[in-house]
Amino acid sequence: MPQWKPDPTFYPSPRMAMQAPPETLAYLAVFNPQKDGRPDAIAVVDLAPSSPTYGQLVGKVDMPHPGDELHHFGWNACSSALCPYAPHPHVERRYLVVPGLRSSRIHIIDTKPDPRHPQVVKVIEPEEVLGRARYSRFHTTHCGPEGIYVSGLGSPEGDAPGGVFLLDHDSFDVLGQWEVHRGPQGLAYDFWWHLGYDTMVTSEWGTPNMIENGLNPDLLLSSKYGRHLHFWDLRRRRHLQAIDLGAEHQMVLELRAAHDPTKPYGFVNVVVSLKDLSSSIWLWRRDNGGWSTRKIIEIPAEPAKPEQLPPLLQGFKAVPPLVTDINLSLDDRLLYVSCWGTGELRAYDVSDPYHPKLTGSVHLGGIVRRTPHPKKPSQPLNGGPQMVEVSRDGRRVYFTNSLYYSWDEQFYPDGVRSWMAKVDADSAGHLTLDPNFLVEFDGYRSHQVRLEGGDCSSDSFCYP
Amino acid sequence: MSSWWPWMILFGLGAYHGINPAMGWLFAVALGLQEGGRRGVLRAIPPIALGHTLSILGVACLVWLARTRLPEQPLRYGAAAVLFAFALYRLVRSRHPTWVGMRVGFGDLTLWSFLMASAHGAGLMLAPMLFLWPSGIHPDPPVHAAHTVAHLAPIANHPLPWFAAVAVHASGYLAFVLLTALVVHEKVGVAFLRRAWFNLDRIWFAALMVCGLTILVV
Repeated sequence: MPQWKPDPTFYPSPRMAMQAPPETLAYLAVFNPQKDGRPDAIAVVDLAPSSPTYGQLVGKVDMPHPGDELHHFGWNACSSALCPYAPHPHVERRYLVVPGLRSSRIHIIDTKPDPRHPQVVKVIEPEEVLGRARYSRFHTTHCGPEGIYVSGLGSPEGDAPGGVFLLDHDSFDVLGQWEVHRGPQGLAYDFWWHLGYDTMVTSEWGTPNMIENGLNPDLLLSSKYGRHLHFWDLRRRRHLQAIDLGAEHQMVLELRAAHDPTKPYGFVNVVVSLKDLSSSIWLWRRDNGGWSTRKIIEIPAEPAKPEQLPPLLQGFKAVPPLVTDINLSLDDRLLYVSCWGTGELRAYDVSDPYHPKLTGSVHLGGIVRRTPHPKKPSQPLNGGPQMVEVSRDGRRVYFTNSLYYSWDEQFYPDGVRSWMAKVDADSAGHLTLDPNFLVEFDGYRSHQVRLEGGDCSSDSFCYP
Repeated sequence: MSSWWPWMILFGLGAYHGINPAMGWLFAVALGLQEGGRRGVLRAIPPIALGHTLSILGVACLVWLARTRLPEQPLRYGAAAVLFAFALYRLVRSRHPTWVGMRVGFGDLTLWSFLMASAHGAGLMLAPMLFLWPSGIHPDPPVHAAHTVAHLAPIANHPLPWFAAVAVHASGYLAFVLLTALVVHEKVGVAFLRRAWFNLDRIWFAALMVCGLTILVV
């Protein structure tokens, strides 16, 4: 139902969104790794410090079928609804759009009547998407000026190309494939955009056949996983430019464009370098009408004894940092970097995007370190900081520790026991682990975190 | 009725269209913010005003053609039906353009504004004025009700006052688009949108329904 006034969680600019009231709830995708017929769920965690149930699971909604592998998800509408050229400001931010990465089902979940106990109100079956776009294994969802954009990793057979399709933001009808001309793009993963420059950026992981049975060392060593960034004309839906980051750089994942629409640059992480197992962060920026990239951060692998490592890594005698997620504060100042392998969360000041400065670091979990949380100091943790989400005011950072079922099993063969933690960030980017905030998930594994009202990877803006 | 009233209503409808954030001023403000300054705002306004005026002119031409060729009474029923149907359609399904962006030139902005005005039925809102032309807008002293429609038809059929009507509407629109865009860009800032961007869709629905009734009743 349309509203009389814009949804109060929509902000014209990222600067204004930073003034938003603090979040009181988090929604988390949690999947069931045991093949026992129980479905995955969206879990609700209380984030209001004054509440008696602060830092606890307070609700959960089960999916209608088992085996979805919930992963990433997003809102039906956000601040981009205020964009002047395609305004729809009276749509509510109300529904979570939750794809199953394995099942290719998309669940529409209503958070309104009771935000702590959301309800599944619609399920889009994979066949419904196939009627309009030959995509499958749905990953990222973003609310954008034209509707809801969803990326798929590949075709229903599990091959390339993957790509983006659109859902209507009122009816959730599948509108069809987004790309008009895809050029050389075949692999897909994440996407985001520079609304001020009518540019979409997409990244590359691998096809479903390359990832679903685990990381394939042969494909990795022959540089078959993603290594390109793609730039597109967002208006005309045409491929403009592909940038090859080089054969040694494998898996180009999370895209964090500057939130300020006048700033034509952004950051992306590369999971692993074949040269030395390091991870890296790259800057992309507009350059003479085209786009160019530069490596701005390199995080080295750490030496380790073979007996401390899972079989996959024993030959290398080192633990790779495995940077699998990054996030950028709404003022485009602090970049958070998850090192899932070494069990570290870092913060960099990227006010000068060419010269990032490390400002903070906390350790938790890790393949070798197994750093415990201060709330349970005698319990070693596994997994490591992975999906990271930042509050709109930039002061609180939440993260979870599972990557993807079959890959979890390779890097943490003892089975990821899932947790969610929180750090407090001051304005200089120093990080302090909240000693009282540790959420554990009984048998489930948690992945993406979304904060009530929006967060640092949910909204995009048309005004600086 | 004073002979000035219809002109003022036309101007006022222009102003009403002009202050609607979906009709252009907000786009001009955004382009100014993106391109750094008042020049960006001022560059955007001429094509936005042109597109709006062309949409209104299109409806005015259709009504004029219809009035010169079709019998009065069925035409009124038909026009009222179009207005009711359009109002209901907008109530059920209000779409927004999906092909535009922020890197737009003169032609893009003209077409965008033309489509936004047409899709909102901006021109249709003027239909009652255009139908009530003989007794309403004729710039001579007020016409007496005793005069027959046949007597007035030649005046109504002359296109010049129709162009004047479109021009008056367009000037009201332009004045308010320009004023609102500059005030928001220079003084107020876009933060107030969060509180003051009222959903005008239902008011437009009501306005279109009233227009349909007016054509039928007056």
